[in-house]
Amino acid sequence: MGPVDIILRQFDRATVIAFACIVVLLFIGALAEPAFLSPKYLVQQLHVASFLGVVATGVMLVILLGHIDLSIPWTIGVGGMMATGAAGILGPELGVPLAIPFGISCGAAIGFINGLGVAYLRAPAMIFTLGMNAVAQGLMVYHTGGFAPQDRATEFMRELAVGHLVPGVPNPLLIWLVLGAATMFMLNRTTLGRRIYAIGNQERAVFLSGVDTRRVVLICFVISGACAAAAGVLLAGWANRSYQAMGDPYLLPTIAAIILGGTNVLGGRGKYIGTVAGVILITILQSMLSVVQPQRYFVQLGLDMPADTFRQVVFGLVIIAMLLLYGRNQRVTA
Amino acid sequence: MSAPVETVGTNEAPAPRRRFSVRLSAAQRGILIAVTIFAVMFAVYGWKQPVGLTANVINTASNKGALLALVAMAQTLPVLTGGLDLSVGAIFVLANCLASTIVVGDPVSTALGIVAVLFVGFLCGATNGIVIVYGRLQPLIVTLAMGAVYFGIALALRPQPGGSVNFELADFMTRSTFAIPHSAILLLLVVLIVWIPYRRSVPGRAAYAIGSSEQAAYMSGVPIDRAKVLAYALSGLLAAIGGLLLTAITYSGAAKLSIANDYTLNSIGAVVIGGTSLFGGMGSAIGSIFGAFVMRTVGDLLIVFDINPVLQPLFVGIVLLAAVCIGSLRVLRIKNKLDLYR
Repeated sequence: MGPVDIILRQFDRATVIAFACIVVLLFIGALAEPAFLSPKYLVQQLHVASFLGVVATGVMLVILLGHIDLSIPWTIGVGGMMATGAAGILGPELGVPLAIPFGISCGAAIGFINGLGVAYLRAPAMIFTLGMNAVAQGLMVYHTGGFAPQDRATEFMRELAVGHLVPGVPNPLLIWLVLGAATMFMLNRTTLGRRIYAIGNQERAVFLSGVDTRRVVLICFVISGACAAAAGVLLAGWANRSYQAMGDPYLLPTIAAIILGGTNVLGGRGKYIGTVAGVILITILQSMLSVVQPQRYFVQLGLDMPADTFRQVVFGLVIIAMLLLYGRNQRVTA
Repeated sequence: MSAPVETVGTNEAPAPRRRFSVRLSAAQRGILIAVTIFAVMFAVYGWKQPVGLTANVINTASNKGALLALVAMAQTLPVLTGGLDLSVGAIFVLANCLASTIVVGDPVSTALGIVAVLFVGFLCGATNGIVIVYGRLQPLIVTLAMGAVYFGIALALRPQPGGSVNFELADFMTRSTFAIPHSAILLLLVVLIVWIPYRRSVPGRAAYAIGSSEQAAYMSGVPIDRAKVLAYALSGLLAAIGGLLLTAITYSGAAKLSIANDYTLNSIGAVVIGGTSLFGGMGSAIGSIFGAFVMRTVGDLLIVFDINPVLQPLFVGIVLLAAVCIGSLRVLRIKNKLDLYR
């Protein structure tokens, strides 16, 4: 089977509708602002989307298991702040090469604790990861408040986030492509991938067939933490510094992107390519709302409203509308 | 349905009969644990507090706790049905912003303003419920998205923090009489007027049944749809009462996303500490009240023990993790490993 077939097989109804929505959005955008269809704008959108895409990759695995990871915001923060912090504290010789691995492993450690709690203590993922989010927040606030750590990104982090290794393709997009391809391969072609889907459908059955399901859950949480921290490292490079609450705007878009991409929140069903569609869709939607600025039209009507109002209201309503289009559950019957 | 519904979903053997033993349901045990933790924490707080537990100290603690308690009660109702409401914080903020605009002026317009705020909260909750039930969507994502909408509306009402509120009302709601804080009386009234009648009504019992097993509830002819919509609608109402109290405490309205997120997330924590199962069907709003007070007392304890207040999230997180870990001690008691996998 050729690679094209593998990609085509990935498409399901949700993915197709999500991609169709992207086209419709771009079309509407182009009516208001013709520059929307320029390659420059589109590449820029993909560049911005890749940060969300990296986060969503890890969270999607957790959602496929039927769990959720609410520790995302501060795991992103941990990734960014620990990477820049390591660079500053360990000095230029040791710190600069170690910054990125250190940041990512701190995120993986948070994911590891999440995994232990959810898989081995059987704590509800929602509440355990929420607790970890608060703990990570507390530690990071203490980290920046207790002494003055370095918050500048290293040159390499900056290069990773804004450079172009391949002309015309921003590096984060390249990273997302590689990560996405690896995840697609893992989900479709490896035992781990099959087990993730199977656990999401019926953990009891998978356990009975002799699989150590707890280890699978643990691995997925570690990946989720590592992906979030990696995105944090990229974001720190993008902004050239790390800061508190840098991950806060990512929780809602991540979950929304995954679910709009057709992944079932209860686990067991969903395609990675759908998540890709969801991520691009959310990014374009957010970008359009800030470029088109619908509030301008309301000012003419005498209603002065902050731009954020529309970003929030339209964002929420579009998600609901799209879910109604294709995300509906089965009716409960006997 | 004559059996006590709380016990549905627990699979414990009947306790051996002991003298003077009181048989508690799992939910009642949850409340008891939350009350005990709170009592111990608050006693330590009062003991370390230099001025002691004066009426003023109690009143401040009650005001802060009551805010989260109302939002946590609001969270409890959807959770009992096996759902979740990630928009309670946004409705809370929306009610705050709305109240800072319309709960002003002479007594009549103030009263009308209060009614309007509560109605808007109820409407927001009902919208959540209707979209979830009739749109057949997951509560998690619906309330997440609708929360964004409600917050956007709050932002439209109050682009800048500000506004005002009827001073007499605000003063009355936040004062205490004979060392009994009025905010605590408000909580008691909410329990008596909203929670207990709801708990005893058909939709209230239906909520528990749905949380235990939606299939079984459906087959027993329980009005699932109506019960769910009502649970979310009342949740919105309770969150709006919280927003009203916030307006009385701050004398103003502010649309801050951090406030909305903080209350939503802490409300889930309070619900869990209060002994309500996130899988639904078991628990009580009373437990959530004490869960909320536990969460809020953590911050007070940090102050009296002279710990850097920036560490508050860390300690709240640790309390949360400890609470879920206590809850998961049952893992150790399970003999058949298969029982681990629901």
